[in-house]
Amino acid sequence: MKADINTAQKKQILIADDDPDILEQMRFRLEAWGFDVCAVESQKKAEEKIKAGKPALAIYDLMMENQDSGFVLSYLTKKMYPDVPVILITSVTSETGFHFDSSTEETREWIKADAVLDKDIRYEQLESEINRLLKG
Amino acid sequence: MEKLKVLIADDELGMRKGTAKVLDKYLVALPGMEEPVGFDISEASNGLIAKEMLETDHFDLILLDYKMPELSGLEVLDCIRDSQIDILTIMITAYASLEVAVSATKNGAFDFLAKPFSPEELKSVVEKASRHLVAHRQAKRLSEEKRKVRFQFISVLAHELKSPLAAVDSYLQLLKKHVAGEELSKYDHIVERSLVRLDGMRRMILDLLDLTRIESGQKKRELTQIEISAIALKAIETYKVIAHERNIDISLHSETPVHFYADAGEMEIIFNNLISNAVKYNRDKGRVDIYISTDDKHLYLSVSDTGIGMTPEEKEKLFGEFVRIKNEDTHKILGSGLGLSIMKKIVSFYNGKIDVESQRNVGTVFKVVLTRLTEDENK
Ligand SMILES: Nc1ncnc2c1ncn2[C@@H]1O[C@H](COP(=O)(O)OP(=O)(O)O)[C@@H](O)[C@H]1O
Repeated sequence: MKADINTAQKKQILIADDDPDILEQMRFRLEAWGFDVCAVESQKKAEEKIKAGKPALAIYDLMMENQDSGFVLSYLTKKMYPDVPVILITSVTSETGFHFDSSTEETREWIKADAVLDKDIRYEQLESEINRLLKG
Repeated sequence: MEKLKVLIADDELGMRKGTAKVLDKYLVALPGMEEPVGFDISEASNGLIAKEMLETDHFDLILLDYKMPELSGLEVLDCIRDSQIDILTIMITAYASLEVAVSATKNGAFDFLAKPFSPEELKSVVEKASRHLVAHRQAKRLSEEKRKVRFQFISVLAHELKSPLAAVDSYLQLLKKHVAGEELSKYDHIVERSLVRLDGMRRMILDLLDLTRIESGQKKRELTQIEISAIALKAIETYKVIAHERNIDISLHSETPVHFYADAGEMEIIFNNLISNAVKYNRDKGRVDIYISTDDKHLYLSVSDTGIGMTPEEKEKLFGEFVRIKNEDTHKILGSGLGLSIMKKIVSFYNGKIDVESQRNVGTVFKVVLTRLTEDENK
């Protein structure tokens, strides 16, 4: 089993999304890309996970039990581990027309996330974002 | 106060002024209207002017003289019909000639009035026309509302069917691209999730068929004396396995036998929905208690559980179509959100009602009361 060889250096990614199918697909892809995945379905559980240990990267859905769950989690993550990259997944763009991206320093500071991706996830984009953020 | 706009088209000044004077102070109380309705009067001194006014302004009612210079009443009536102007016409004729009345009503006049007429005759014809107008508008408003509800229902439905499709689609993409390599067992979980979502979709379609059949009255109702606790036992049997897996205990408390005049299929739907929910939204090692009793007027059913319960706000929304309550405890439980809508409809057939008592994290009791109907009442 070739995967076992790298188990020791597998990087852990924390993902939180309240849609069980998106969570499962994300977990599946990330594991296939060689990450160790911790998948939770609520803001509450994600908070517990953050407090329990430091992930290499975190991916949060914006709206879970609260409208701004993703913001709260980003803030919390950055406060505890300033060097952990955070990706926010949001359907805000498609559902409300309200748009923001994280390309400017100013919005990054405000939303505390390093990248914002649309809920209609394009996995190539997700993969390249993760690679970019983990390199930096 | 609401006013109906009336146009009086007559070449005789005296007729116009006399009619205006009567209607100006006249108030009609109409069914379905909180306040009496008054009239806002305009005048036209010949057919041509009347036609122009009808084209530029909206009126509810026209009192149209048959014999006018420039354009006769019948010609004005033709214009109204050809331009599909939404107005009610009362034809005024000099002699109560049957011929004129017939040709006027053929051409779309609502009623007619023969000169000379008394204020009472005028009022009575106008009242009749107003009633018709208001009833017509209410019916129109109602059908528009129905259309809106229907439209809403269809768009929610489309959304609810799209989401499992999208999920299964993306799982199949993962499989197709062998994202996790060649080892099949790696895909077990996503295959399982796909089946779960497809099953949910199938159930939703079945619920939907139930609901539409019941609402459209297509489903034949067969009312007979049936034994209710036997139906409850059958429903319990259906959910026993799922309940057992989670160590949930289901008990039936019933004076046997309980006879009730009803449709067996409908009673099954009620029990299936209540018991299925009581198990689905329960906690492991929980309880479900079903009580059945009767008196000479009613059948009482109650299903209580020791499950996740609901907040008062959640309880408010419960009976809406496709309403599913979203919280930490429910998001993994699948359902169509149609079960309670179907039940509500069925219960209404028995002049019944459903009460819900619930406390978040403690449990929920659904209480259903159905009225005994005699065989005559049900026809
Ligand atoms: N016994 C119960 N305990 C807690 N919540 C319930 C119970 N029964 C129904 N509900 C809530 O009411 C919603 C609507 O119920 P229903 O119309 O039967 O649809 P569903 O298919 O989602 O179960 C459910 O999604 C659930 O949140």
